[in-house]
Amino acid sequence: MKFDTPAGTNPIDRMKVVGKPLDRIDGPAKTTGMAPYAYEHHREAPNAAYGYIVGAAIAKGRISSMNVADAKAAPGVLAVVTASEAGKLGKGKYNTAKLLGGPEIDHYHQAIAVVVAETFEQARAAAGLVRVSYARATGRFDLEEALKTAPLASGSQDTPPKPDRVGDFEQAFAAAPVKLDARYTTPDHSHAMMEPFASIAAWEGDRLNVWTSNQMIDWGRTDLATTLGMPKEKIRFMSPYVGGGFGGKLFLRTDAVMAALGAKAAGRPVKVAMSRPFLMNNTTHRPATRQRIRIGANRDGKITAIAHESGSGDLPNGRPETAVTQTRLLYAGANRLTSLRLAVLDLPEGNSMRAPGEAPGMMALEVAMDEMAETLGLDPVEFRIRNDTQVDPAKPERRFSQRNLVRCLREGADRFGWTRRNAQPAQVSDGRWLVGMGVAAAFRNHVSLPSGARVRLGQDGIVTVETDMTDIGTGSYTIIAQTAAEMMGLPIERVVVKLGDSSFPVSSGSGGQFGAGSSTSGVYAACVKLRDAVAQRLGYSSADAVFDGGKVRSGNRSTDLAEAARAGELVVEDTMEWGDLDKTYQQSTFGAHFVEVGVDRFTGMIRIRRMLAVAEAGRILNPKSARSQMIGAMTMGVGGALMEELAVDKRFGFFVNHDLAGYEVPVHADIPHQEVIFLEEVDPTVSPMKAKGIGELGLCGVGAAVANAVYNATGVRVRDYPVTLDKHLDRLPAVA
Amino acid sequence: MPNSPEISISRRGVLAGSAASAVIAATTAGAAQRAAPATLAPLPAPAPQPMPVSLTVNGKVQRLSLDPRTTLLDALREHLHLTGTKKGCDHGQCGACTVMVEGVRINSCLSLAVMHEGDTITTIEGLGTPDKLHPMQAAFVKHDGYQCGYCTPGQICSAVAVLDEIKRGVPSHVSVSLTDHPQATNIEMRERMSGNICRCGAYSNIAEAMAEIAGENA
Repeated sequence: MKFDTPAGTNPIDRMKVVGKPLDRIDGPAKTTGMAPYAYEHHREAPNAAYGYIVGAAIAKGRISSMNVADAKAAPGVLAVVTASEAGKLGKGKYNTAKLLGGPEIDHYHQAIAVVVAETFEQARAAAGLVRVSYARATGRFDLEEALKTAPLASGSQDTPPKPDRVGDFEQAFAAAPVKLDARYTTPDHSHAMMEPFASIAAWEGDRLNVWTSNQMIDWGRTDLATTLGMPKEKIRFMSPYVGGGFGGKLFLRTDAVMAALGAKAAGRPVKVAMSRPFLMNNTTHRPATRQRIRIGANRDGKITAIAHESGSGDLPNGRPETAVTQTRLLYAGANRLTSLRLAVLDLPEGNSMRAPGEAPGMMALEVAMDEMAETLGLDPVEFRIRNDTQVDPAKPERRFSQRNLVRCLREGADRFGWTRRNAQPAQVSDGRWLVGMGVAAAFRNHVSLPSGARVRLGQDGIVTVETDMTDIGTGSYTIIAQTAAEMMGLPIERVVVKLGDSSFPVSSGSGGQFGAGSSTSGVYAACVKLRDAVAQRLGYSSADAVFDGGKVRSGNRSTDLAEAARAGELVVEDTMEWGDLDKTYQQSTFGAHFVEVGVDRFTGMIRIRRMLAVAEAGRILNPKSARSQMIGAMTMGVGGALMEELAVDKRFGFFVNHDLAGYEVPVHADIPHQEVIFLEEVDPTVSPMKAKGIGELGLCGVGAAVANAVYNATGVRVRDYPVTLDKHLDRLPAVA
Repeated sequence: MPNSPEISISRRGVLAGSAASAVIAATTAGAAQRAAPATLAPLPAPAPQPMPVSLTVNGKVQRLSLDPRTTLLDALREHLHLTGTKKGCDHGQCGACTVMVEGVRINSCLSLAVMHEGDTITTIEGLGTPDKLHPMQAAFVKHDGYQCGYCTPGQICSAVAVLDEIKRGVPSHVSVSLTDHPQATNIEMRERMSGNICRCGAYSNIAEAMAEIAGENA
């Protein structure tokens, strides 16, 4: 099915199952420990041996010699595989650095060997016996320094690397009566998902079965085939449950490659999990940014000029962090400039992390908006409202399909008690606490990817959905079941959903907040086909057949749905493809974040007191799981605002705090009760589901709302994330 | 010292040996410092001999013969195939491996299995099943107190144990008094749960699930 005209009325609009806050269907399995994750397939891969990865101890250079004799002789060891044993390996399309290094080393903790043994303890001990001599080369590890000579970069392969301009920014900025010119920094972030990267590989002749933890089954399978130099049809790639990804598991990583190579060498299934202290330098991270924002406005608060420039770094042939994307679309203004610079760094590979681009970009832009509002003497909610736009500022003929940012801001302000905020900072206290409130807009574009599904109607009347879509905690199992139930007129209990298996049709996968809208649309397309097949079997006209309450009705005839499969299971498959409505309309999601913080007037310690988000993202398929996506993103936003930072060792080129003790993420004590409001709406231009993603929207802007609240509490503006107490302690208001 | 090639080479051996035996590792380090032999290979660690251990897990007696380096976590996951208990960090930093030993929660990754001879252990599988959920498991489902589900068994084991700690009067860092009986307040529960990281950020919902159960028990 191709979606190329805005959706009319369809069975999803009945909202009998879709749109209901149902408990997740995978809940009982997850809460009882019965859901099998990547490393837990004892039944499917019995007698698996254990692989333990050895990582490079230098950031750049060459292995001059490697002694694996002791490791090979250690008790229980079955095989040791290094680059020389592995032979020539390809590099996956989505990988920047090789997944097995040697003799050249591209980054610290790049995998250089896997040791396979009978037990985990033996493999780990033997891995410690691998002795490596290196010839260390000089690397580039200092972003600040490297950006001085870094060239312009483009955020996509389709556009050349040049600044994006509308009107004449320089002239308009020079002429503006009120101006801001400020620089912001965001550090490198780690996804720090709870399930470490892990894979089990089992060969059957020249066929390979891999149980892994991956957001994008088809990307992973294709890149594994490329890496191993084999046809992808011979690989079965499975991730029925993924213990968090946040973009870190978009791509094939070395655990799958090492398991496959180790299994081949050992002649039996091999399981490999990355250790926590290894994975933070071995895998990808969100790159640090250095951003400059200039805003010029008239005294009435109308923006006349806005510029956002950002620099980041990555390995050779890497990609920039597209931190300026939202600034092209979020606010009005006739004169605009955005640009990206990309420096070459020899740190571990930078890549997508939840809301790549917008997450760090909004952390800067929405603080700049707060600063500008203060300079103008305007309320920051009002300043944003005055600069709303209903069209793409660069192409005014192109409207937003839906844009209710103003309503999000107004409703949020109302709900949060924003009028109680004192515009003068450092004026409100509660005992030892300085109290402040902050606001930020939320913005993230909607994206659709082709997505396929197979649906079966069994003789028992059960509908089974099969798609290689993944559920990384987002609720895919449940919203897909809701979609199929709604389409086939069944209660959700009569739908079975099978995900994350490359033997199922290729889906959008999970990422870029495209998963929910795309994958349910693929299921919609397959269900339309199944309805046709059912109608045909029953001799009904599919145009007027009504699927409801487990029955199919046409005129005054009515039959049990199961009846259609009595002569044999019905199986159909379809893929949703997309026209160019995303060119006609700018399709985006919006929201507003409100945060109240307390800052200890004596120690500078910052605590979150209240959080509220108002979001609009088209139809909300399941308000319960959607709300969880929002609060989870808000929590990650608190991390980015107040604590998360990979500390770079600029001498040796690695992230120093590479575990969950050193890399701090929010814990229970950091997060108060969180409130979320969804605007009720549908967006018929995006898909027959009329739903957009929210998984990343919730993260965009929340960090700035926290930082703005801290400023409102203290009167000290910190522009370098994370906002930690050492950065404002010496400037806090005097204590009596 | 970081610049000394002799020491850095021998330290590899020390690290390798230390997994097997702290005593041997210390001896190796001493020998290396005295002789500073740049070419000396690390002493081969003797193969650890399996040790018998008997545990009562979820009411069932389990007799195992384990490499003494095996953590309680790996004994559960890799030897008993009770994979509900998760390995998130293997370093006591995340709480995903939380189980109850003699009714008290511990990080099972920080404890060797052979240290638990005769102990009674309850894992997530021992609390309830998909058809018969423990009240805390049901409350997590109802309040959507999880997303990816990987930290969830540890969160639930901790949540059950935390309410028991409060009931038994064990104080925490945020308890107003060390002698008065602590109450199951939001801040008291959040403080005690802070060793269980949820990167998906379900904290607000977990707090609601716990509050519901704490209210029922009060």
